[in-house]
Amino acid sequence: MSTLIKPGADRQLKNHTSFGQSVRNSLTMAYRGLLKIKRTPEQLFDVTLQPIIFTLMFTYIFGGAISGDVVSYLPVIIPGILVQTVITTSIVTGVQLREDMEKGVFDRFKSLPISRIAPLAGALLADTIRYTIATVLTFVMGYIMGLRPEGGLGNVVIAGLLVIVCSWAISWIFAFFGVIARTASSVQGISMIVLFPLTFLSNAFVPVDTMPGWLQWFVKINPISHLVTAVRNLVNNGTMGVDLVYSLIGAAVIVAIFAPITVRAYMRRT
Amino acid sequence: MKHVQRTNTAPVKGGLAIEAQGLVKTYGDNRAVNGVNLNVGTGMIYGVLGPNGAGKTTVIRMLATLLRPDAGSARIFGHDVVKEPQIVRQLIGVTGQYASVDESLSATENLVIFSRLLGLGRAESRLKAAELLEEFGLTEAAKRPLKNFSGGMRRRLDLAASLIAQPPLIFLDEPTTGLDPRTRNQMWDTIRRLVKTGSTVLLTTQYLEEADQLADRIAVIDHGRVVAEGTVDDLKASVGTSSLHLRVQNRQDMENARQTVEQVLNVKSNISAEAGRITAPMGDVDRVTDLLIALREAGIPLSEMSVQKPTLDEVFLTLTGHGVKDNDSMASDKLNNVEGVIL
Repeated sequence: MSTLIKPGADRQLKNHTSFGQSVRNSLTMAYRGLLKIKRTPEQLFDVTLQPIIFTLMFTYIFGGAISGDVVSYLPVIIPGILVQTVITTSIVTGVQLREDMEKGVFDRFKSLPISRIAPLAGALLADTIRYTIATVLTFVMGYIMGLRPEGGLGNVVIAGLLVIVCSWAISWIFAFFGVIARTASSVQGISMIVLFPLTFLSNAFVPVDTMPGWLQWFVKINPISHLVTAVRNLVNNGTMGVDLVYSLIGAAVIVAIFAPITVRAYMRRT
Repeated sequence: MKHVQRTNTAPVKGGLAIEAQGLVKTYGDNRAVNGVNLNVGTGMIYGVLGPNGAGKTTVIRMLATLLRPDAGSARIFGHDVVKEPQIVRQLIGVTGQYASVDESLSATENLVIFSRLLGLGRAESRLKAAELLEEFGLTEAAKRPLKNFSGGMRRRLDLAASLIAQPPLIFLDEPTTGLDPRTRNQMWDTIRRLVKTGSTVLLTTQYLEEADQLADRIAVIDHGRVVAEGTVDDLKASVGTSSLHLRVQNRQDMENARQTVEQVLNVKSNISAEAGRITAPMGDVDRVTDLLIALREAGIPLSEMSVQKPTLDEVFLTLTGHGVKDNDSMASDKLNNVEGVIL
């Protein structure tokens, strides 16, 4: 406070935020998210336990019935369980964002001359650390149980990245619920109702041709099925097909729709 | 309102920091802010005084671009809050009623993140954080998580966070509510120093004494409207610098006593019949002697006499014809009655 403050009327200012500034602001907000995770590591419980428990459970329950034995079911179930687990994890993003927004610090973010999208994008970006943990753990569990990916390590990494990117995109949907919902628990409720049918009415756990015709129709257009197929192709054959393209386009569409409406809803909130 | 001389424009040096016209904000049927006009000159401390629920916070939130006004307009250093919000945000610092800092992080981490968001480099941010923590006496607690901070420490950190960008206009929403007297005085010193560096400060308060101590000009706000505006002296003149409280020994003397008070002091008085108490603004202290003599000559014995600083309740009574709601008046009583002298 020793130096004199430049008078407001003499300042040269502009009324928009550059793209570069938006990226820098979002990265700073992501750094904040990481610091918060570092301070309360217990919030990583779900992403550590869920991949372990679900992978064990589903593989041993369905393995014999669907593929004859557990090891030949692994190439089918591991990509499926990976997509399901990581996307379910993205619900937590919406819930935590809701809780975070109740706090006074979001008022300060709003009053700062920063990019409007940064507080949201940063929070979602920080959460990719959760998806990464879940992804790595699922593959490790698969490996321990006997999965030997034909596609090689490189393609497994690409598959993991694909799932993380798509989950980040999907987390915008839950972020939107997070912004418009009144309480954190209602975010959880709405999100589960959306996600449960989406993940189960897909090819994640069972072959599609065992389902009735009308259900097959839905399963085939379900974007989750395309993501699962893309991951299977990468992990089991090392190929990148049309499903990978569909998944990325789907992710881009979700972000293009939900990012703007989420930011708008966020700005409306008082 | 009739006692206060209403001036439409504040004395201006270097242009207006805030120019608000007819601000309105409605929540359902409730007009939280109902046509507020404010003109705040550069380099002053401007106090917005009013009870809980008067609309003070809503006004600040609209001026700080946090809330869109339903009607009316506001300019900060000439920039419209609705049309040029991002410019306005570069000119203001906001310290809310509830500390707007991150509970789960440490004081340093908070300040570093805000500095980074404001475009400072990594090393610069660390330096700025250390500098502000030093200045606000928080260096020792810098690494502790905020959960263990006292209310006063939180407020100071909050204010420190508002000063990172050295904004020319700072909004302080009830900066001392809930603080103990010592911490409150520290906060006042900090605010005074701020203005010396050229900042303009708009603060809201429930306490007349706080406005008295700090503000150059005051707007009294009630039910979403500005009911009086002027310098501290203007406002004080309307209620008297202090008020005289008298208690008569015999209830039947009440009416006589009251007439005597009004005649001698030439003011309007309030009576509370059940307590047998007369309250009157004391504009001219010398006249009190005349009053006491007059009462003795009239044969009205007193059981108690005291002089008290006007409470917010009395200011309100004078300005609006109704008092503030009970819990607020109790808070202001606590603050203002300290100077009461019982004879």
